[in-house]
Amino acid sequence: MRKMLAAVSRVLSGAAQKPASRVLVASRNFANDATFEIKKCDLHRLEEGPPVTTVLTREDGLKYYKMMQTVRRMELKADQLYKQKIIRGFCHLCDGQEACCVGLEAGINPTDHLITAYRAHGFTYTRGLPVREILAELTGRRGGCAKGKGGSMHMYARNFYGGNGIVGAQVPLGAGIALACKYNGKDEVCLTLYGDGAANQGQIFEAYNMAALWKLPCIFICENNRYGMGTSVERAAASTDYYKRGDFIPGLRVDGMDVLCVREATKFAAAHCRSGKGPILMELQTYRYHGHSMSDPGVSYRTREEIQEVRSKSDPIMLLKDRMVNSNLASVEELKEIDVEVRKEIEDAAQFATADPEPPLEELGYHIYSNDPPFEVRGANQWIKFKSVS
Amino acid sequence: MAGVSGLVRRPLQQVSGLLRRRFHQTAPAALQVTVREALNQGMDEELERDEKVFLLGEEVAQYDGAYKVSRGLWKKYGDKRIIDTPISEMGFAGIAVGAAMAGLRPICEFMTFNFSMQAIDQVINSAAKTYYMSAGFQPVPIVFRGPNGASAGVAAQHSQCFAAWYGHCPGLKVVSPWNSEDAKGLIKSAIRDNNPVVMLENELMYGVPFELPPEAQSKDFLIPIGKAKIERPGTHITVVAHSRPVGHCLEAATVLSKEGIECEVINMRTIRPMDIETIEASVMKTNHLITVEGGWPQFGVGAEICARIMEGPAFNFLDAPAVRVTGADVPMPYAKILEDNSVPQVKDIIFAIKKTLNV
Repeated sequence: MRKMLAAVSRVLSGAAQKPASRVLVASRNFANDATFEIKKCDLHRLEEGPPVTTVLTREDGLKYYKMMQTVRRMELKADQLYKQKIIRGFCHLCDGQEACCVGLEAGINPTDHLITAYRAHGFTYTRGLPVREILAELTGRRGGCAKGKGGSMHMYARNFYGGNGIVGAQVPLGAGIALACKYNGKDEVCLTLYGDGAANQGQIFEAYNMAALWKLPCIFICENNRYGMGTSVERAAASTDYYKRGDFIPGLRVDGMDVLCVREATKFAAAHCRSGKGPILMELQTYRYHGHSMSDPGVSYRTREEIQEVRSKSDPIMLLKDRMVNSNLASVEELKEIDVEVRKEIEDAAQFATADPEPPLEELGYHIYSNDPPFEVRGANQWIKFKSVS
Repeated sequence: MAGVSGLVRRPLQQVSGLLRRRFHQTAPAALQVTVREALNQGMDEELERDEKVFLLGEEVAQYDGAYKVSRGLWKKYGDKRIIDTPISEMGFAGIAVGAAMAGLRPICEFMTFNFSMQAIDQVINSAAKTYYMSAGFQPVPIVFRGPNGASAGVAAQHSQCFAAWYGHCPGLKVVSPWNSEDAKGLIKSAIRDNNPVVMLENELMYGVPFELPPEAQSKDFLIPIGKAKIERPGTHITVVAHSRPVGHCLEAATVLSKEGIECEVINMRTIRPMDIETIEASVMKTNHLITVEGGWPQFGVGAEICARIMEGPAFNFLDAPAVRVTGADVPMPYAKILEDNSVPQVKDIIFAIKKTLNV
């Protein structure tokens, strides 16, 4: 008993002086890695799929945990700021879907490409932008990643093409990015995301056809969260087997609530594309806790019981945490420490996002054209002029 | 502005039902009705009057409409007449046009007109031009409706005004209501019209209440397409606008009245066919003209008005060049300070009026 108390107090006091005691704690108490069984993917036009077991290292586990928790808390902070009217307009949150953005990122390289629709804050983060730049963009300040000019749906980063407001339009764009990848010959792939609602857009089928015809390294990814705004999948689609909708394109249906399942499927899909076989389609079965956007309470077309059930049985962060604790990859206390760190990071980012000034009015006309000499832009009448600089 | 968007976001509760009950009594007094309610009533009355009329679009049925404009209609008319579509604008717009060609009278809702760009080929090539191409054989009695133009904080891809784009096309009729009376009378006329009509509503106006005069409470109340209305008579300057900016013009007129400047404010109501005669008659009286619109300046509604004035009798009555007040010539920025300066404000209208009058 005394030994246990001593161990516990050592772990707890480790909070004050982290590095040394963590190394101590790590080498003494935790496993380096563990093997987990993951759900088998449903396959379409594929002989084999991703493996059904995977090895998770402690380091990766902690990283995924922290990333998912960061996305979660960032989205909840956005909810709060929206209700305080500090964020305006549209705000589509992805809490519940964290395993998708984190798992996808874990399966590709930073030099690969990604494009998605408007539920994009999580991807903006996993693709490398700091939380403070994301929140400051949501609050429309000059420190935002788009200097306040884009807002929630229009955030961009290196190899991350947004953030797109028009449902489905991002899919041909993604196929085009994949064309560039093939053209440049650097073995890069493009992850092209869309939702179950967007899956019924004609332009997606046009993109499927050309991607297959030209063997573009495009991973089409349907994030199926069961509802396109207020319309359930059964009411919108004649076939809800989204992973099969690419017809001649091979597909997998993946458990989108399990970050490891998503990671393995992504690695598999990326390998398929990199080997020159052409496009592949992944359907990630996932769920959003919030409504479609902050204007949608999210309970007129689904029950609170359903939301609660997913939260209690399939929450992606909980699933990872349970796995790690049960396999001795991490302790509950350690993960709680990470929670505290994340909360602080989000708080600091929110502080920044609230205090940072709005963009300067003089820059209203900037960024109309690229690489052009400055010109004049007309304002609300012919006497109001703005300068436009590239 | 924040208050109005708050109204937009909060679902109306008992009010709409209450109003409907009062409506059916022979109430002689004027009634407070929001633009949303007026659209709802107009569609309801036309759905009841003609069984060929039906509504399709995203979230129009079970969700009661993305902006609650079609609230209660699915409950009343069911799956056959109020149809939820998948997110397939090009597809369902084409389907709607086909149904119109076969004799039905569809109301095709675009959740916002920004998404109509995905379907614009069907609107222009399949709907607008067909009666002409068939030498009068095949009419297309369809209404395309939805919110148009800037909202609040929805950024570049969701804030464009399509008045100039649709107004450009022969074969289409294009209407742009401002208040509840406009909304009700125009939607009813649009539905009864045998031609393709594009109705450009405004999201920020949906929650705004107006007095609906007794005549507008009749089930046969129609506003003729192609006729503008003088909202406020005046003598010093003609101020022409459509949609939400009409309200800003009236505000500007009130401010200027205190300084002895009387503005004649014209609510266009229809973009195409444009009622240039009403504008000309006004200019011939006031000798000064400004136009106000939310859309971009280049090739816009104001540009067309100015060109037509030059071509007609009113030109010789102008004492100063006509002036346009428009949205700024930029994609709509998100940050509030930038957005506020990208749309025509009351101060911009007042400034333009004074400059034109040289005061």
